[in-house]
Amino acid sequence: MIIDLERFIDEEKRYWTELESILDKLERDPLKKMNLSEVKRLHYFYQRTSSDLARVTGFSTETEIRRYLESLVGRAYAEVHELREKPHRFSPVHWFFHVFPQTFRQHLPAFVLALGITAFGFSIGGIAVSIDQEAKGVILPFSHLQLDPSKRVADEERTGAEKDRLAGKKATFSAFLMTHNTRVSLFTFAMGFTWGIGTVVLLFYNGIILGATALDFVHARQSTFLLGWLLPHGAIEIPAIVLAGQAGFILAGALIGWGRRVSLKKRLRTVAPELVTLLCGLAMMLVWAGIVEAFFSQYHEPVIPYHAKIIFGTLELAALMLFFGLSGKSKEKPDGKD
Amino acid sequence: MERTNTLHIKTPEGITFALPLAGPVARFLAWVIDFACISVITMAINMAMQMTQLVSSDFAQAAAILSYFLVSIGYGILCEWSYKGQTVGKRLMSVRVMDVQGLRLQFSQIVIRNLLRFIDSLPVGYLVGGLSCLLSPKSQRLGDLAANTIVTREPKIPMPDLEQILTHKYNSLRDYPHLVARLRQRTSPREANIALQALLRRNGLDPISRVELFAQIAAHFKKIISFPQEVIDGITEEQFVRNVVDVLVQASGTPRK
Repeated sequence: MIIDLERFIDEEKRYWTELESILDKLERDPLKKMNLSEVKRLHYFYQRTSSDLARVTGFSTETEIRRYLESLVGRAYAEVHELREKPHRFSPVHWFFHVFPQTFRQHLPAFVLALGITAFGFSIGGIAVSIDQEAKGVILPFSHLQLDPSKRVADEERTGAEKDRLAGKKATFSAFLMTHNTRVSLFTFAMGFTWGIGTVVLLFYNGIILGATALDFVHARQSTFLLGWLLPHGAIEIPAIVLAGQAGFILAGALIGWGRRVSLKKRLRTVAPELVTLLCGLAMMLVWAGIVEAFFSQYHEPVIPYHAKIIFGTLELAALMLFFGLSGKSKEKPDGKD
Repeated sequence: MERTNTLHIKTPEGITFALPLAGPVARFLAWVIDFACISVITMAINMAMQMTQLVSSDFAQAAAILSYFLVSIGYGILCEWSYKGQTVGKRLMSVRVMDVQGLRLQFSQIVIRNLLRFIDSLPVGYLVGGLSCLLSPKSQRLGDLAANTIVTREPKIPMPDLEQILTHKYNSLRDYPHLVARLRQRTSPREANIALQALLRRNGLDPISRVELFAQIAAHFKKIISFPQEVIDGITEEQFVRNVVDVLVQASGTPRK
């Protein structure tokens, strides 16, 4: 049984043309908002064209009409279903003080895992340098960390008193730090796609570097300098990197899906907004850490007293802990969501 | 896994439609164009920042570093969000990012698929991403897999023009409307489509194949319905098939002169 294709086209063509015109307008101007009558017209034409496609698929003679109607229905399908979604206004303040810390708390086990791996790497790096000073040359990738800590401290304090080493370069250095650390963090997150193995390696290696550097200065009795140098920016930067590890493990967890009877697609769809929240949050933390590191951390005694820097870093760390521990908590439901 | 170049989606209305998927080559070319766009934008920003060197070269350099970083990461995110899954390169190559279920994109999907370029671009030139596209049944790179997105081709398919095969000349079959009705009843859409496609593509066939093909199709339709001899005499088998397709496509009307 074949439909009368010519009559069919004559009757329906105007509706297809109208639908195509609406879709072309929407694609030319993606930011266009349709009013209610336009939405209703789009929905009507979509349903009519869908019905025509069903008739053509079942009873028609040729494929060109079917391909044409399929392309129309495909384009309209996405527009129609997008319109059904309820848009909500984005509030940066609400996002920062509620959504971000709540998302962090929701996935606290992943953060603890990332912190634990970093701490384990820290201990391994510290032990390695404690046992064998030569290990420094192998573990630490930066040339300025190969120096004897006591000599370095003396050099920093002497040159710091004479001149500003970073004069005319602070903003550039700050920008470099922000972008470099953000790249490393994003890479740590992205490695969650390797079922978390890459994230584990990166966090562990990061911990080793930290541990080796820290114990090197501790053994040289330069703990005060170490804290004054690292704490102001490290109090924010190191948690940001661990947050990236947390995001990586959330992604890995969604990929693996142990103990969950939900499909992979649905698991990934669920965690995607939470991952974006964590990544945006850690990017903001790294911007702050970059500013502090370039404009504050690099200045030592006698320019800035160590105790001032240590107090500043400690206050930052306390504020961060309070922020993640308490911010947005009053409106939180038992499942951790707003 | 079996590779497919189309994705079939069933709507709540019970209709199934196919989305043609973009292959790795089209996607790679789109990326090359986008890379050129990013380079041009960052060069333009750098040139603008040169002006601020008069005030502070430190600030100018910092702005250049930040702008390159923001443009290289933010270009894809901003374009795909603003233009419903298309960047400049994708628009030129007529491809579009879509949700794997055929819906429009969520912002988080766009961010995830763009951030995972860090892995897809390893070790160089998107080798990991390209391999993933080749191996994935839906041509998805790792970022697409994580974000539940696909990249589809968007060829603009115009309204088909059937006038090229409907000559509106005298059709002897129309003198037997009852036989025409029986023919329409007994012919399946698939059979009719074969005849129509043969007519639409006839000029692409070599002469011998063309004659053979239409002979086979004509013989098939003659088995379905026996038209009187005077209807078939004096016309070629291709003309007979054209007459058959004419009555199948246009059920109504008198023959046009």
